[in-house]
Amino acid sequence: MVIMEMSEMLTWLVPAPPLISFFVIILFTSRHRSMSHLVALFAMGLSLLFSWIIVFNALSTDHFGEHPIASDVGWFPAGDTVLRMGVAVDPLTIVMLTFVPLACFLIILYSVGYSNFGKSRDQRDVSGSPPHHGVEPMYSRFFAFLSLFAGAMLVLTVADNLLLLFFGWEIMGLCSYLLIGFWYGRTYDDKFQITPSGAAVKAFMTTRLADVIMLIGIAYLYFEAGTLNFREIFFNEEIMKHLLESPSLIGGMAAAHLIGLLIFAGTVGKSAQFPLHVWLPDAMEGPTPVSAMIHAAAMVSAGVYMVIRMFPLLNSGGHGSPALTVMAFVGAFTALFAATIAVAQNDVKRVLAYSTISQLGYMIAALGIGAYVAAAFHLMTHAFFKALLFMGSGSIIHGVEHGMHHTNEKLDPQDMLNMGGLAKRMPTTYWTFVIGGFSLAGFPFVTAGFWSKDEILADAFAHGHWWVFVVLLISAFLTAFYTMRQISLTFLGDARTESAAKAHESNWTMTLPLVVLSFFAVFAGYVGVHMDFPVLGSMFGSNPFEHFVIGSLPHHISGFEFQWTPVIFSVVAGISGLLLGWLVYGRRPLAIGQQDPLVKVLGPLYGVFANKYYFDELYNVALVRPVKWISEVVAFKWIDRVLIDGTLHSFANLTMKIGSVAVWFEKWGIDYAPDKFGDGVRFSGQSFRVIQSGRVQDYLNITLSAVVVIGAILFVILR
Amino acid sequence: MMNLLNQNLLTLILFSPVLGMLAVMLVPGEQKQLVRRVALVSSLITFALAIILWFGYDTSVDGFQFVEQAQWYTAISSSYHVGVDGISVPMILLTALLMPIGVLASFGIEDRVKSYMLLFLMLETGMLGVFMALDLIVFFLFWEIGLVPMYLLINIWGSPKGEREFLSGKKVPARQYASYKFFVYTLVGSLGLLLAIQILGVVAGSFDLVTLMQVWPGFDKEIFANFSTSSVRTVAFWAFVIAFAIKVPLWPFHTWLPDAHTEAPTAGSMILAGVLLKLGAYGFLRLVLPLFPAEAQAAAPVLAFLAMLAIVLGALSAYGQTDFKRLVAYSSVNHMGFVVLGIAAAAMVTGSNDPSMRLSGTIATTGVVLQMFNHGISAAAMFFLVGVVYDRAHTRNLDELGGGIWQLAPVYGGILIFSSMASLGLPGLSGFVSEFAIVRGSWPVFSTMTALSMIGLFFTGAYILKAIRQVLHGPINPEWSDHNMEISTREKIVVAPLIVLMLIIGIWPWWITFMINQTVTTLIG
Repeated sequence: MVIMEMSEMLTWLVPAPPLISFFVIILFTSRHRSMSHLVALFAMGLSLLFSWIIVFNALSTDHFGEHPIASDVGWFPAGDTVLRMGVAVDPLTIVMLTFVPLACFLIILYSVGYSNFGKSRDQRDVSGSPPHHGVEPMYSRFFAFLSLFAGAMLVLTVADNLLLLFFGWEIMGLCSYLLIGFWYGRTYDDKFQITPSGAAVKAFMTTRLADVIMLIGIAYLYFEAGTLNFREIFFNEEIMKHLLESPSLIGGMAAAHLIGLLIFAGTVGKSAQFPLHVWLPDAMEGPTPVSAMIHAAAMVSAGVYMVIRMFPLLNSGGHGSPALTVMAFVGAFTALFAATIAVAQNDVKRVLAYSTISQLGYMIAALGIGAYVAAAFHLMTHAFFKALLFMGSGSIIHGVEHGMHHTNEKLDPQDMLNMGGLAKRMPTTYWTFVIGGFSLAGFPFVTAGFWSKDEILADAFAHGHWWVFVVLLISAFLTAFYTMRQISLTFLGDARTESAAKAHESNWTMTLPLVVLSFFAVFAGYVGVHMDFPVLGSMFGSNPFEHFVIGSLPHHISGFEFQWTPVIFSVVAGISGLLLGWLVYGRRPLAIGQQDPLVKVLGPLYGVFANKYYFDELYNVALVRPVKWISEVVAFKWIDRVLIDGTLHSFANLTMKIGSVAVWFEKWGIDYAPDKFGDGVRFSGQSFRVIQSGRVQDYLNITLSAVVVIGAILFVILR
Repeated sequence: MMNLLNQNLLTLILFSPVLGMLAVMLVPGEQKQLVRRVALVSSLITFALAIILWFGYDTSVDGFQFVEQAQWYTAISSSYHVGVDGISVPMILLTALLMPIGVLASFGIEDRVKSYMLLFLMLETGMLGVFMALDLIVFFLFWEIGLVPMYLLINIWGSPKGEREFLSGKKVPARQYASYKFFVYTLVGSLGLLLAIQILGVVAGSFDLVTLMQVWPGFDKEIFANFSTSSVRTVAFWAFVIAFAIKVPLWPFHTWLPDAHTEAPTAGSMILAGVLLKLGAYGFLRLVLPLFPAEAQAAAPVLAFLAMLAIVLGALSAYGQTDFKRLVAYSSVNHMGFVVLGIAAAAMVTGSNDPSMRLSGTIATTGVVLQMFNHGISAAAMFFLVGVVYDRAHTRNLDELGGGIWQLAPVYGGILIFSSMASLGLPGLSGFVSEFAIVRGSWPVFSTMTALSMIGLFFTGAYILKAIRQVLHGPINPEWSDHNMEISTREKIVVAPLIVLMLIIGIWPWWITFMINQTVTTLIG
């Protein structure tokens, strides 16, 4: 009992320290660099501590899923009812609490080195642009934003209802906006290249498009269910039945399904699924720790977490519910689509960005076919190895930039063609990156990524979702291929530029997080090995992950029999992809100025991949520009200025005309009127002269015309 | 003493600005600083009284509280009758809060300070009177009192530059155009309002709102020779609706607003957007819904449709602006559209047999009142922040500002983003709570209109980010590199209470929504 109460309080406290840290840094320590990062690290460390205490308590509780931690307060009174806000921890939350605070903590630690702490301020540096070689000019601000980001993610994680989840969701949207656009003053010579500021707006708007749809879904759910608390909805048969039986606006569809689709729209934006994937690659304009934050610890994981959380609703009515079908399709398509783009990218971070989109597609597809556990599992392992890869790429870029500082070369430090041979210069980064890359590629049996990916494929296979299985298998192959391509281009062979030759290893605050994450990128997978897998299955306690996580669901979902076929396919896809990548890029590394062999092999298709299927261009022509034109010309000029104001002005002119007739009548009809009348006219003329324009009469005359109009209406109605 | 205070609290609040005017009058006009301080102290006293009102209000009691009634115009049986409920108390608090902030924001005014402050305080009495009045004639009187000072504020202290070009090519000074448009437009509305009030008073034999609320909705007596009750009622209803729709302003009666807001002096825009627009919405809640439930229900779909247009077209027009202030002005059209959408939903379901629909109406209305309050603080903050940058750069044109101001003014930039986010409806800040409540309330009632309104909510983001990007982002515009663009201490004090409120309401709205909800629940039934 005491432990439960303590856990309850700790749950409230999990998101608090980083949120407080944000305000402390902004208000008090913004001028003291070391204070700022200490505050941020201390706060995040506290969150980590609280989270892990909760995790260990939960893991040591039998049947934790049946009596989760929950606590709430009244928030918004609605008639006789009350909308309550609170926190809850169930097994799914526990999964999140194991990796989110850890990844956030490591990212913040990494940022210390990344922002060149300890170096003096470079005189050339200005706020709003990346530092040349000195410390980041907006050092404290960076840690404040990262803290807020982490705090928002933790709010989302411990939220017991969809609305509080949405709070964290949107605040993360703001943080990603602020952090992608962190170097808001940066411009490029190539004016078609997107700037950080542009990328920030793009990210915010793309996700907002999804969020306003999701907001309707939340409102709808609140109306139908009378509450937004996850457990109150999912564990209440009556509410679930009501949701499934109420018809929605759209003919024949149950309310539950329409709500599911509306809410899933939020994930399409947040987790960058097709067709709203366009913002994520451009989010690479932000500093690299931010990319790690967005791609692994928070933001995109939030999108997947939310649909996993809402699974009982999405799944209501059994398999093949519209929401799940759409998810399976969107997810699988995105997984393949993004993988093909990743193959033809040369920017070290963009490869990873597309790989994130692709892997998120995996998770969405997994959930779409009902593989609840596998989706949660892949979410966790992906967070570890993707955080690792992003921070590794940041370390690479940092190394190359260091070289650039010495050689005074002007080149793109993120272009893999400018790298090569970094393995010797940056050994820690190299080995950790290889571990992360192999985990992403699903290198069999020893990496976490293999187990989670295999689980998804096995589930698809076991439940006969053939096309999902095939599509995901092809993506797995492509993933392995582009991962090997990336490793080869950056680390293997000889340096292709002076700067790459002069690169050197990053300092410990950057490499330590890499090492820690490597550990998890390997071992985190063993908690979820299928229980019937030879040797390994029983070695780690018969799939503890599945047994634990499944407790979050009101009804247990069916598992599946272990089969060798999907495992073999999955092993072959991973190995052959890596092998092909090595044959093309690793065996004979690219020389200086040599063309990517893929250009020749793929022909025109390469251009399509490299240009991301021209989606940016399409959206620009089909959406952005028309919308600009509609706002500036139609909404403002035509409707407001011409139509409405024009009507008003013509009213005014009409009454002017009537007025002048009256004047004419006055002049000629009442020619001999007493002088006093004239005085009166002159007096009013003088009063009106204050305005200095002839328009006064117009508007006062509107009054007259209004009387006429109202009189006419009265006449018509009262007659 | 306390008892005496409580018995006359509303009158004290209402006329404390008038006493402040007397005090300001006694100060010689040359002593500008003293004039400003006296005005500030006066408005702070009103604010303090409003806080006493806030804490003195008993949420467990239905009906009007702090009621005062005195004979006034017995010949037409109109009396000085004031009182407050859970809808008017937040509005009074908002007014009393924004006033000292507005006065402080006006400390930079150098031209005819004394007249300026006198008008400002007069405006306060006018607005407070509307929120307290329980007699239609008194209501109308204060409604009109607010009009004159605002007209003069725009006309005399409005932005000196700028011309408005007509389609015919003719040009007039923008502030004069704007002030006339504001004045005449509102006057047209007032005319109908007066007419409707007369009809009610003559037909029902009383101007007293409490009496009318009981008598009028079911009133069915032979009136004039041939007129049926229902047609008289319809006429009165539409007269009310048009008057309030102009004030809110509802599409398509909104075009006076961007002009007036853009040309008004900074504090004028703050009060105009912060409080004056709420008079219209308040009129809907206080008069239209209780007095004309059947007519309101019949007209609700039309109102919802116009509200949707206001939300969507308001947001699009805001996005299409190059003038920072006009952009913020159009955002008011967008935000007040949500207010009307919620009102329409409430009107549709008032007295409905379906409890879930009544609940939706209640949530929508609570959202409406909260949105009025929230828009009051966020719009005031936004107009003020536009004023800060205008004060230094002497331009509001986004292209001329050219960006990069965040580097020159990091604190200003942070505050601007904060306020913008509240305006954009970011969860955790005030605007979201009310918008969510309105969306939740109106979705079951007007699903299509609510869904279409989401387009507007999307573009709210677009125009806010456009403004931030063009003002703050990008490399430094060399034009301003030797200006001191940073926000001053006085300006920080002005904006601080607003951003604190945005955060508090955003995180925990219970304290204010609780009061609103009590009253609204009885209103919707």
